[in-house]
Parts: sequence; structure tokens; C-alpha cells
Amino acid sequence: MRLRGLIRKEAFQIVRDPSAIGIAFLLPVILLLIFGYGVSLDAEHVPVGLVIEKQGPAISQFVSGFYHSEYFEPIIYPSIQKAERALMDREVVGIVWTRSNFERTVLSTSDAPIGVIVNGVDANQARIIEGYIMGVWMNWLGQYARSKGMELNIPVVIKHRIWFNSAVRSRNFLVPGLIAVIMTLIGGMLTSMVVAREWERGTMEALLVTPVRKREIILGKTIPYFLLGMGGMAISVAMAIWIFHVPFRGSFWALSLSSALFMLTAIGLGLIISVTAGSQFVAGQIAIVITFLPAFMLSGFVFDIGSMPLAIQAITHIVAARYFVSILQTLFLAGDVWPIFTVNCLWLAGMALFFFIVIKRRFQKRLQ
Amino acid sequence: MFKRILALTIKEFIAILKNRKSRMVLILPPVAQIIVFGYAATFDLNHVGLGIYNEDPGIASRDIIARFDGSRTFRIVEYISDDTQIAPLINLQKAIAVLHFHRNFSKDLNSGRPADLQVILDGRNSNTALIALNYIQTIVSDFNRKWALEKQGVATPARLKVRSWFNRMLDSHWFIIPGIVALLTIVVTLEVTALSVAKEREAGTFDQLLVTPMTPFEILVGKSLPGLIIGTLEGTFIILVTVFWFDIPLRGNLLALYIGLFTFLLSAIGIGLMISSISVTQQQGLMGAFMFLVPAVVLSGFATPIANMPPLVQKLTLLNPMRYFLIIVRSVFLQGASFGLLWTQYVPMTLIGVISLAIAGSLFRKRLY
Repeated sequence: MRLRGLIRKEAFQIVRDPSAIGIAFLLPVILLLIFGYGVSLDAEHVPVGLVIEKQGPAISQFVSGFYHSEYFEPIIYPSIQKAERALMDREVVGIVWTRSNFERTVLSTSDAPIGVIVNGVDANQARIIEGYIMGVWMNWLGQYARSKGMELNIPVVIKHRIWFNSAVRSRNFLVPGLIAVIMTLIGGMLTSMVVAREWERGTMEALLVTPVRKREIILGKTIPYFLLGMGGMAISVAMAIWIFHVPFRGSFWALSLSSALFMLTAIGLGLIISVTAGSQFVAGQIAIVITFLPAFMLSGFVFDIGSMPLAIQAITHIVAARYFVSILQTLFLAGDVWPIFTVNCLWLAGMALFFFIVIKRRFQKRLQ
Repeated sequence: MFKRILALTIKEFIAILKNRKSRMVLILPPVAQIIVFGYAATFDLNHVGLGIYNEDPGIASRDIIARFDGSRTFRIVEYISDDTQIAPLINLQKAIAVLHFHRNFSKDLNSGRPADLQVILDGRNSNTALIALNYIQTIVSDFNRKWALEKQGVATPARLKVRSWFNRMLDSHWFIIPGIVALLTIVVTLEVTALSVAKEREAGTFDQLLVTPMTPFEILVGKSLPGLIIGTLEGTFIILVTVFWFDIPLRGNLLALYIGLFTFLLSAIGIGLMISSISVTQQQGLMGAFMFLVPAVVLSGFATPIANMPPLVQKLTLLNPMRYFLIIVRSVFLQGASFGLLWTQYVPMTLIGVISLAIAGSLFRKRLY
């Protein structure tokens, strides 16, 4: 009964300050729209400089591969110096260079070198582009052999299959990851100020003289924001499925259960900030620093956790988003893989429990 | 005038630093984060799990497996002997890829027929899958080259000689860590500025400030200086860690870097103060800070390249100061760039800074509601 009153009061406050509703519903929509369309690791139409010192049939066959590939946007340069200049100025990200004796070498001794220079500043993209150039080259080898009436002899041929995401759309894994990051923010933003605010305004003191118990105050602060957050979560998932066409292969009850657990950790973290900080100003500062960046960098959303040094891998265990990213990527792309689901849910549940114990401990129902 | 500005600046510093928790939040997280993120942020694969399914009794497959076993990239986690064991290995994320050598692999290879090597990859993180496939391709094509020369005595008509500039080993730390300079600087600046006006609005002290002889311009300068000073100090610290702890080469002109840092701080402070003076409550200030910070980071080219974004979003990033500063840090660190290449980055950041500061100043007296 008392709890209901607290929740009602919190609900009024939410409705009257539009920022909470904005955070829960508007923010995920805007962020997901920008990111879902904006964030991609798939390079297409990469500007690449071609330097051909002397034309010839083998070269034009090789070069046409670049014109036919959707990955490249070839630009011809008359000399390697001009092309290198363009690479310096970031006009092209790679150069493919054949020397004047290329044609002759191919015909006689073979093993003619094709110079490839990539801009290594963005090492990841450089490696991907290297792979694309290699693909063009391999294609050409086959073509060349056929045009000479020979059979191309590649000793080992790789036949690869990429499970769960055969078209290799990076959006398919980035969007579920983004949902986890965005929800971390929303949980933190919704609740990081709510307790500090009441202390600052003095309303907490008024609340303390009532028979309300500590547990009820905490629940009264949790339930409304939990419901708001779950609403935002539902919108995000709907957008992922219907706007971004990320396949969803798991079951909805697994998604709901894990989302609820994750939302509890996100809100729990916000409330910890709120009871620790003492003032809204400090609470806001802490929220800016400890919610977004760890979720962005350490959750495995872009940077693979398995490749981090072991000490850093251990640190990622205190980032709740890490478990949720793993659950979401698996539920969306692979389906219900129970061992992964259970382990990550247990971690989330453990963290949520820990957070609320800390909140109850640190929450003072006494005046200093 | 200078006395008044100085007085306000000192008061701002006291407001930020008097609280022990607030002090700690300004100092500890950036220090911890540059170290942790510096190690965490890599696209390179390191000892990722690999499953081997070898049905081939011959020697060639073992030669290839030895090459994988010896690489830093992969760590063989399990040898399996059955088709049905592939799925659990991949599904449970024990292995990112499984290599399958079929029964006639060596036989095909020895008789000159192309031997198929089947590779199954976990596409849940398709970027990691592609990178792993690239590594696998490189290892296999090394083997191919050696085999063709030794056993068949022929080489391919042409071969690629790949060099990469500015980052010879293609270590993605070199790309990401200079980016963290921008990342942490913008976070610290927002932390200092985004709530500073809203806090006073809520407490009512801002109205008092407005009735003092201070002009909005003076208030603006007084509110900006703490962010500028703290931002420069922390930026310097992070640059030092980048150079001396992580050994990222700093090849360009230090002054060019600092002009970049200054204009970047100017624009970040301008936007922070603008958010703060639009907001009526601190909760709104916090929401505004995230509304700016998160897109600014995600759409800056920090982790995913701007060139891959659709044209409309690419145009949107022109409003993002972090986009320009990232180009500056990376060009100065890795490319050794100097002023000539960079003024196209300074100008837009300065513009963003001046315009947003002007808006913030004009909002001091007028409230939206």
C-alpha cells in the first residue's frame, strides 16, 4: 500500500519532467536510427589508386577486376609519386602498382611483382582492403590461366562458410550490441539522479519521518524506472527486427528474461551512483564517466574480448553489458544456445543481486 | 573585467574540486581508462580458439596444422573426429573457426588436384570472422607458394608484394590508442561543463550571477576556463601515456597536435555549455550530455570508419568536432603530419566552438521555458 503510493509519486514526477520519458523512449529510437544506419565495418567503394606504367593485355585483364568489384572505386594515377601523394592526403586508401616490365615478366619468367601499398593508419580497414585486393588477384590468376588454355593450379583451396551471418553484414552484430550499450546508458541516466535529487531538495528528510521502510523506498525507485526501461528495450528490439532486418532466431521469453535481468543491473548501477554521490552534480559526473565508455569499449560489442590480454579480460567481467552483448548476439543470430544463455544470465543475476545489496547497505535512512 | 573573470574562474574551480568524490571522478577514471582501454581496444586477433577436424591421414594436413599451431593468432582448442562435434564447438564460442581436412586431402594435393580445405566460421561477430578468415588465407597461401615451388616447380605468373605505410605491422593499437586521447578528452570536458550552468539554475545562484555587473561574455569565459585548463592537463597526461607507456610513435609536430587539442576543447566546451544552458534541471543536462556524447563517439570514425557510413550520415558527421580531432591525432602521431595538411580540420572545429559558445552565452539571459 505504502509502496503503491511511492510508485505513484515517482510516476507523477516522471510524467511531469519530460526528460525521463525522453530518455526511455526517444533516446533509444534516435540513437538506434543513427547508429543502425551509420555504423558499419563493411568497406565498399574504397578509393584505390592504380599506377600502370605500361599497358598490356594481362594488365588490363587484372585491372578490370577492380572496376568490376563493388568494393573498389579505382582512380588512375600517371606515376607512383602522384599516387603516393594522394595516399598521404587520404584521397585513396591503397595503391596497386605494376611496373613497366610487368607484361614481359609475366610472359617469360613469371612471378612478376605487383606492388601494393595500403594506408596502415586504420589497421583494421587496411587488413580488410588487403584481403579484397588479394581476392581480385586470385580471380585474375584463374582468368589468366584459362585464357592461356592452362588449368590453374592452386594447391589448397579454401572453401569457407560463415555461420549465422553468411552475408557478413556487420550491422547484424552491431545492432544487437548497440542495444546493450544504449540500455546501459538509459538505466544509468534514469536512476543516477533520483535519490541524490531527493536529498538535495530535502524531500528525502520528509520521507524519512513517515513509516516507510528502506526496502520500500528502494523498490519505489526501482519499479517505475524498470518498467520505463523495459518499454525502451521493447522498442529497440522491434526496431532491430523490423527496421534493420536483423534476423531473430532465439525465443522471446529468453529475450525477455535476459532483458529484465540486464535492466535490473543497469538500474542498480544507476541507483548505486545515486546513493553514493550525495549530490546530483557528482552523480551526473560519475554517470558520464562510468556508464558509457566501459560498455562501449569492454563489452565485446566491437572489440573482441577473446583477443584482449587476460588481465583485461578479467576486468570485463565487471561490465554487465558484456553478458548482455553475448546473449543478444547469440539470441539474434544463432538462436537459443542454452549453455551460453544460462551462464550469462547467472552472471547478470549475480550482479543485480550484488548491486541491490550494496544499495540497501549504502542507503542511509538517517540524517548525518 | 579580468578580475571578475578570474574571480568566477576560481569559484568554478572550487565548485568542481572541493568535493572529494568530484575530484576523484575527474582524475581516477581517465587514468584507469587510458590503461585498460589501451590494452582492450584491438581488432587484431590474439590466440583465438581454433578447432581442427582432420580426417586426412597424410602429411600435408599436418604441415598446415603446424603452421596454425605456431601462429600467435590462433590457439588450437580441440581436435575433433566427427561432423556432429563442429556445431557445439562454434555455438558455445569455444572456437571462432573450425578447419576441416577431408579424407583425400593429401592424396589430392600430391596428385596435383586442388585440395579443398573447408573452413567454418562463427559469424556472430562477422568482423572478427572476416579477420580470422584473412589470417587463415594468409597462412594457407604461404603454404601454397612453398608447395608450388617445391613440388611443382612453378610459381604464379604474378604475386602481390604488400607494404603498409605508417603502421608496418598493421597493429590496430596504433590506430585506436591515439583515438582514446580524443575519447577521454571529450568525456572529461563534458563532465566539467555540461552540468555547470544547470546546477546553478537549479540552485538559483545563476540568477544571482546575472544581476552582478558581469556581462554574459565574462560569465562565458569564466565558465569555459576550468574546462579548458582541466582538459589540457588531462589531454597532456593521456598523450604522455600514449607515447611513453604504449610506445605509439609520435612522428609529427607537437604544436600542430596542441592547436588541434585547443580547438577541440573549445568546441567541446562550447557544446557542453550550450547543453547546460538549455537545460533547466541537471537531469536534463545529463540527458543532453549523453545525447551529444554517444553519437559524437560512435559517429566519429573512432572504431568504425566514416567512409562506410551512408552519405547522409557522413554529412551529419561534419558537425561532430571529434571527427576532426581524430584525424588530427592520428595524422600527427602516425603520418607525421604538420600544419599544411591539418588546417582543414582546425577551421571547422573553431567554427563549431565559436558558434556554440555564442549560443550558450545568448541563452544565459533567455530561458527556453
